[in-house]
This record gives sequence, C-alpha cells and structure tokens, in this order.
Amino acid sequence: MGRYVAIRIGRAALTIVLVVTFAFVVLRLSGDPALMILGPEAPPEVIAAFRKAWGLDDPIWLQYLDYFRAIAQGELGRSMRDGRPAIQLVLERIPATLALTLPAFFFKVALGVPAGIYAALHRGSGIDRAVMMTAVAGFTVPSFVLALLLVLVFAVQLGWLPSGGQDSWRHAILPIVTLSLGGAAVLARFTRSAMLEVLGQPYIRTASAKGVPWRKVVTSHALPNAAIPTVTILGFMVGTLIAGAVVVESVFAWPGVGRLLVVAVANRDLAVVQCILLLVAMTMVTSNLIVDFLYGFLDPRLRAKGAHA
Amino acid sequence: MSPLVSIQGLSVAFNGVPVLRGVDIALGKGEALGLVGESGSGKSVTWLAALGLLPRHARVSGSVRLDGRELLGAPATELDRVRGGRVAMIFQDPASALNPVLTIRKQLCEALALHRDLQGEAVKAEAKRLLDLVGIPDAARRLSAYPHEFSGGQVQRIMIAMALAGNPDVLIADEPTTALDATIQAQILELLSTIRREMSMAMVLISHDLGVVAENCDRVAVMYAGRIVEQAPSNQLFADPVHPYAQGLIGALPPLDGPRRRLTAIPGTVPDPAHMPGGCAFAPRCALAEEACGLGAPSLAPIANDRTVACIRAEASRRALLGIAAE
Amino acid sequence: MSPPLVEVSGISRSYAMRSGMFGRSTAVHAVDGVSLAIAKGETLGLVGESGSGKSTTGRIVLGLEPPDRGEVRFDGKPMATPGTAAWRAQRARMQMIFQDPLGALDRRLPVATQIREPLDIHGLGSSAEREDRVRELLRAVELTPAHGARYPGALSGGQRQRIVLARALATKPDFLVCDEPVSALDVSIQAQVVNLLCDLQVQLSLTLLFISHDLRVVRQISNVVAVMYLGRIVEIGSADDLFARPEHPYTQALVSASPAPGRRSAGRIVLAGDPPNPAARPQGCAFHPRCPRAIARCASEVPVLSAVGGDRQVACHLVTGPRVERRDAA
Repeated sequence: MGRYVAIRIGRAALTIVLVVTFAFVVLRLSGDPALMILGPEAPPEVIAAFRKAWGLDDPIWLQYLDYFRAIAQGELGRSMRDGRPAIQLVLERIPATLALTLPAFFFKVALGVPAGIYAALHRGSGIDRAVMMTAVAGFTVPSFVLALLLVLVFAVQLGWLPSGGQDSWRHAILPIVTLSLGGAAVLARFTRSAMLEVLGQPYIRTASAKGVPWRKVVTSHALPNAAIPTVTILGFMVGTLIAGAVVVESVFAWPGVGRLLVVAVANRDLAVVQCILLLVAMTMVTSNLIVDFLYGFLDPRLRAKGAHA
Repeated sequence: MSPLVSIQGLSVAFNGVPVLRGVDIALGKGEALGLVGESGSGKSVTWLAALGLLPRHARVSGSVRLDGRELLGAPATELDRVRGGRVAMIFQDPASALNPVLTIRKQLCEALALHRDLQGEAVKAEAKRLLDLVGIPDAARRLSAYPHEFSGGQVQRIMIAMALAGNPDVLIADEPTTALDATIQAQILELLSTIRREMSMAMVLISHDLGVVAENCDRVAVMYAGRIVEQAPSNQLFADPVHPYAQGLIGALPPLDGPRRRLTAIPGTVPDPAHMPGGCAFAPRCALAEEACGLGAPSLAPIANDRTVACIRAEASRRALLGIAAE
Repeated sequence: MSPPLVEVSGISRSYAMRSGMFGRSTAVHAVDGVSLAIAKGETLGLVGESGSGKSTTGRIVLGLEPPDRGEVRFDGKPMATPGTAAWRAQRARMQMIFQDPLGALDRRLPVATQIREPLDIHGLGSSAEREDRVRELLRAVELTPAHGARYPGALSGGQRQRIVLARALATKPDFLVCDEPVSALDVSIQAQVVNLLCDLQVQLSLTLLFISHDLRVVRQISNVVAVMYLGRIVEIGSADDLFARPEHPYTQALVSASPAPGRRSAGRIVLAGDPPNPAARPQGCAFHPRCPRAIARCASEVPVLSAVGGDRQVACHLVTGPRVERRDAA
C-alpha cells in the first residue's frame, strides 16, 4: 500500500513539474518579455536595465531554475494590467466560481447517480428510456446553447430570473442549473452503463443463488463494483471545479475564474493566464490523486498490484 | 417415495424464442443426477429457471416443486430461503464467480448469516471450518484474502464451501470443472463426491463432458434443443444408449484406450431456437429419421425400468425388448 | 522411416515478467530445452496443462517467436531470417490454426475473401485460378460456395473453424500447427472437425503438430505424443502405447484424471496442489512437489529425458534412475 501511494504521489509531482515547465516554455516562446512589457520604442538602456533587474541576461537554465524557485515560493508574477500580483487576482475570483461549481457538483451527483442506478435496475422500462433520452439531450447540447435557451425562457420570456450578473442568489440559479444538467446527464449515462456491466457479472448471480435478497445484492454486491468506474468520472468533475465554468461564466457575465481567464487571454496578461493554468493543473492532479487513492480503497486487486510492485 | 425436487413441463422463452420446451425431471433425496448436452441444449437454463435466477424478460412456465412446494411464482422471500438454504448452486467460471471487492470471509459469512442461526464468533468459526472442509490450507488467515489471491481450483473450492454454508439438500454444479486443468478437475470432482457422500446431499452435475457425468452420477439425463431426450442409470446409458442423439454423443467421444476407430460425428449443427424444426428437433441430423419423425415431437416415454426415451423408434425397441423377455 | 520434416533441438524461451512499475523482474522459463522431431506426414501431439509451455513451443516451431537457445530446422534447413524471400517461401509451407476461430477471422469480410487472402499475399495463380482454389478449399472442408459468401458472424463455431482450416490450407502447406483447434467446440462438432483433419492429413500428406489439453482428441489424431510439464517434455512415445502404459507419474495422473464413461472414479490418481506456476519452478524435477512417488533425489536433480525401451523416452528418476546409477558404477 505504501508503495502504491508513493508511486501515485510521484506521478502527480511529475505532472506538476511538466505543467510548470510547459508554462515557462510557452512564455519564453511568446517573445522577449522586456520588449513585450516595455514596448518596442523603449530606449535600449532601459531595456538592458530591465533585463538585468529580472535576470533575463542569465543563461536560460538559470532562468528556468529561478522561475521554479519563484513558483515554489508562490511568486507567480504580476498582472500587466493593474500591476497587482497575479495570484491575488486569481484567488479573489475563486469564491465566485465555487459558488457556482460546488452546488452544481452536488446537484450533478444527487441527480445523475441515482438516475443512472434506477435506469440500470429497470432496464428497458419507460423510466429507463426517459432517463436516457434526457441524458443524451443533456449530453449533446453544448452548455452555451443550454445557457442561452434557459436565459431565453426564464429571463426573457417569463422574466422570473435575471439573465446575468452577480447581485443576488437569484443570479446564480441559471448558471448552476446549466452546469448541473450537463454534468448530471454525463453521470447518469456513465453510472447506468457501469451498473449494467456489473449486474451482468457472474458474481451477481452467485449472490442471488446463495439467497441474498435482491435489494442487498444491489447494495452490497453491485454498487461497490459499479462505484469503481463511476469514481473516475466524479474525479474528473472535481478537477473541473475551478475552470469548468468558463463558458457559463462568460454567458452569464459571472465574475469568476473562468471569466478572468477569458479576459486575461484577450489582453495577453500572461502572468494571470499562467497562474490560472497552474491552478487548474494543481486541481486536476489533486483530484486524480484522490481518484487513485479511492481506486486502491475500492478495488483490492489494484491494492495488491501496488503492494507487489 | 416422493421426489425431493420435481420439475414438470418446465418451459422458458427469451423474447418469444423458446429455449426450454417442456422438461420433466425428478430428483430423489441424496441422488446424483447428471445433465449432459451441448451448448444451448438448456441444461443450465433448467436450473436457473427452477431457482428464479433468470433475467426478468425470461418467460418461465410449468412447475418446479421442492418437497411438494411450488417454487415457480413463489414470493421472493421464500425463494431467498430456498436458494442457498435448500438448493445451492456453483458455476463454471471461478475467475468471476466471486465478488472481487469483498473478502472471502464477507462472502462466506453472508451465506452463513442468511441460512444458519449463528452469532458473532460462531459465524467466523464455521466459516473457517468450511474452508478447512474443502481443503483450503491455512484457512484462518486466508479468510481475509480477496478472490483474486486464489487460484482457479481454490476459488472453486471456496464456491463449494459457500454452497455448503446453508446445509443444502441439493447442490447444483453447473460445469464446475470446465474451466480447470485436468489434474485440478480431478481434485474438484473428488471433493464433490466426498462431500456428497458425507452430507448425504443430492447433486445435479451439469456438464458437456460425458465422462465427467458418467463417473460421478447415478442417473443421467441427456438434453437436446431444450428437451430431455433420454434418461437412464448412467452405466446403462453409456453401455447401451437408445436415443440416436445419445448414441451420437457417445460415438463422437474419442476412446482413450483400445483400438482407434473413426469418430461417429453427428452431421449438421444444433437447430436455431428461433427456427425449431417441426416434430423431433433432432430429426434433421438423425441418420435413422423417417417421415413420421417430422410430424410430432415424441414425448419422453418409459422403455424399461428407470429408463425413458423420447424417440418414436424407442417404442419399437421397447416392444422388441418385451418380445425378447417373452421368449 | 522418412527423415523428419520438422526438427526441434534444445529450444528454450524465457520471458522477463515484471510485476508493476518498479517491480523486480523474474525470468519465466516458458520452454526449457525441448527437442522434438516430426516425421513427414505424421502427427505429433503435445499435451499439458496451462503453463506447460505447449503453445509457446508451437509458436517457436512456426517461427512466430525466436528461441533464446536451440534451433528449429524445417525440411533439413534452419529457419530463414524473418522478412526475407526465403522466409516467406518457408512460411507459405507452414500454417497455424488456433482455438478461437472468431478471433482469427475478420468479422467485416465474407469468409471466401479471407480464404483467398493468403493466395493474394503470396501471389499464387491468376485471379480466376484463385477463385477456383477458394471453391476447391471450401469443398475440401465440406462447405459450399454459399457458405463462402457469408460473414463469420453468420456461421456456427464448427463452420468457422473449417473456414480457418481452409485458409490455412490455401497455400498448400506441408506443415500445420493446430493449437487447441477443437477445444471450444461441442462434442458432436468436435468429432466432425477431428475426422476432417484426419482425412485432410491423409489426402494432402500433411505433417501436424497438434497441441491440446484433451488427451482423447490428441490420441485420436496423433502418431507420437509428448507430455509437457513446466516447459519440459517429461514423456514422449507412440500415442496408443503412451496412454495405455504411461510411465511418468505425471502422465499416469493425467491419464487417470481423464474421465471415461463406464468407469467409476475409484482408484483414480488425484494429484495434490495447484497447477504449477512457471514463474516459480521448483528445484530438481519440477513435478516433485505434486508427485505421489517422489524421492529425495527428485528435489535436487533434474531428470533427463532418456530412452526406456521401444520409442519411449521418460524424464523421471524413478523410471530411469537405476540405469543412470549403473552407468555411474561402470
């Protein structure tokens, strides 16, 4: 088990290093920072001084190490637009994003997983077909279309809810609904197929054959096995808590991380873009790590493989 | 004496396609009955249907009685008591027959808790005793292991232990050794026959392997296309099969000793259940078929003491037998 | 006796098996010093349980895998280097059929096209001649041209195996390796395919290496049978004689474990223990931990396959032991 944990953590660390390196390479490739920040008309001595001040004269590997050291110390550069530290700008936006994505995550799971399980247990029934049709619709309609549709109906036609902004809890309803529906559809489809796969396994028949009541066959034999693939998709959804609302935030003019990213890209505010990139990578890697540990917890076969490795 | 299990006119259809077409079986207390037939003959479906283990879309009709009580259509709670408690079942594929995420102890104790009045430590002690009984070494420690940590032969032993947990009167063994190597197959068959003797339990051994059934059963029923075509004490069936299909099956088995002979292969293939021939289902492949065979499906009729055959020619041979007896 | 068509001398093959990413790798000796000779037009049966190395031996003999040590000679010549013209010519003379015919066939092509494929690859005959050959092959495996137009999914298991056989015969091979060709088939269909193989062997004077775990089928079709256990041949001899009077304790157990109608299980030799693991081969005779008659010497010394009279060879100290000691004394 210790080895399993060590291998997973090692892999996570490696991923972070690669993302940081990628960010460095992209930043250097996009042009000379001195010229970009000071402008092409700046006097040569100013540029030289700037270079010296920021260590741009050093050999590239030394710059790379410095860059790493800075990141390790949480120094992620300053926004070129308002001069504040990029990290501060990003952190300010996180609560707004989480205000959408956390409730949406809850609704996705609360709606999608039971719907998938129910559909699998009543395969071929009217409810199964209804759930699947809804799921396919929710799965195929892009979130901006769904968002615009919701705005059209509930904001424009009925006038029940605001179409954008962040002034009250009522502004959060439509974005949350948009995010939840798509995710719940994905989860329902996934849970259903995982469950169907498990229900067809011989060990389910074995459990029935030894007299386990059906309800218990489902809860103590089928669900733990179906949980293994479902956890993957859940982990992926946790990973998108920070950056998964780019489109929805833009449509609803919600001032979260996603919107910040769109604006920063448009303004070529590279420090901010890099900061968000890192943050997204960290959440993705962390959620993958959690999924890996959950796998080990849920599936003894993997645990054994790690232990023997 | 009334039989322990009595199956009458059992029929099963999946989506309107009949796979079992009227099966009659009587199983006595402590008896070992073999069920042979090729894939699709309905030998497994018979027992899955009898215990209500088929998927919901299967249409089951007929009658299955255990000690006189009807099982078809019985309430779920009653079926759950019968399954594992009075009739236990083990299956072919050891690799996937046990739940991969639960320990052996969990799966064994689950069966014990359902069918035996045991509490706390007694459950664990009984689980250990059962593993010892089926020959799992170091049972106390191995209880906390997961299925993937055992070999195929050991998993089949654990399956047998689990089946014994409820002290059943009947054990249905569905191709229990098909996925195992020859030497392991011998171990499992030996274990099954020892346990059966000691617990005076009835057993139904379902197999495509005539040899396995012949060696381990008192009586054998041969199935073809969803029906029983011949039923006889096993030594009689193998020495002197009457139904042309039973004759064909035995002739198709290469001998392990004596002179080599050309195998008597049965021509053609098993009929598609969706397009069953009218009359006797075996007629299109039967070398002895005559016009009358296509007219109506022959029913299982006694030809001698303890022997039944479903073939119109059997009637003639029965008369011949009687004639010989008269002389 | 005619010179052997296939001659295998001392082939070994081991795999490095690694468990996990940083696991230590252990060498798994799949095949260890196997020698065989198959005379022209004869069938050698190779029996053994899972992990015995019988399938690996088949692949090495066909040149699908190189041996680590040892050599395979085909028709007196060593196997050509893969990729050369000589190799292609040699490969056309040797073919293989497997247990799972559905896996060996492409579900998206009519089976006649697949029978024709080797003819196209090796450029044999004109287009019309190839069509004729496909019809001839279908007839040879007792199917009709109508079957040829079907897709694999529309055929039964036995028919599919016939198609695989027809395809293997397309290039008129001299040598055919059959790896569990009838194990997935029902008894009545199995008998059809076994009879067909026997007939074709005589008609086409084929040489066969027939690999199976089923003693009955192997005996039916083989002239000579070799029994493998954990990568080594433990006994070899003429088929009827070997099954009638097995000498090696493992062969005896195998024969005894094969159930037969008209015999009750009393007196059967039941081996203790699990099937052997090639990654953890016991010292000395690999069979000794399960052998009911093992002596001290079996645990330390590997028995050598030696002649014990007639055409029988056995690798067992109990059978060959005294002879070796006598030689030591002399």
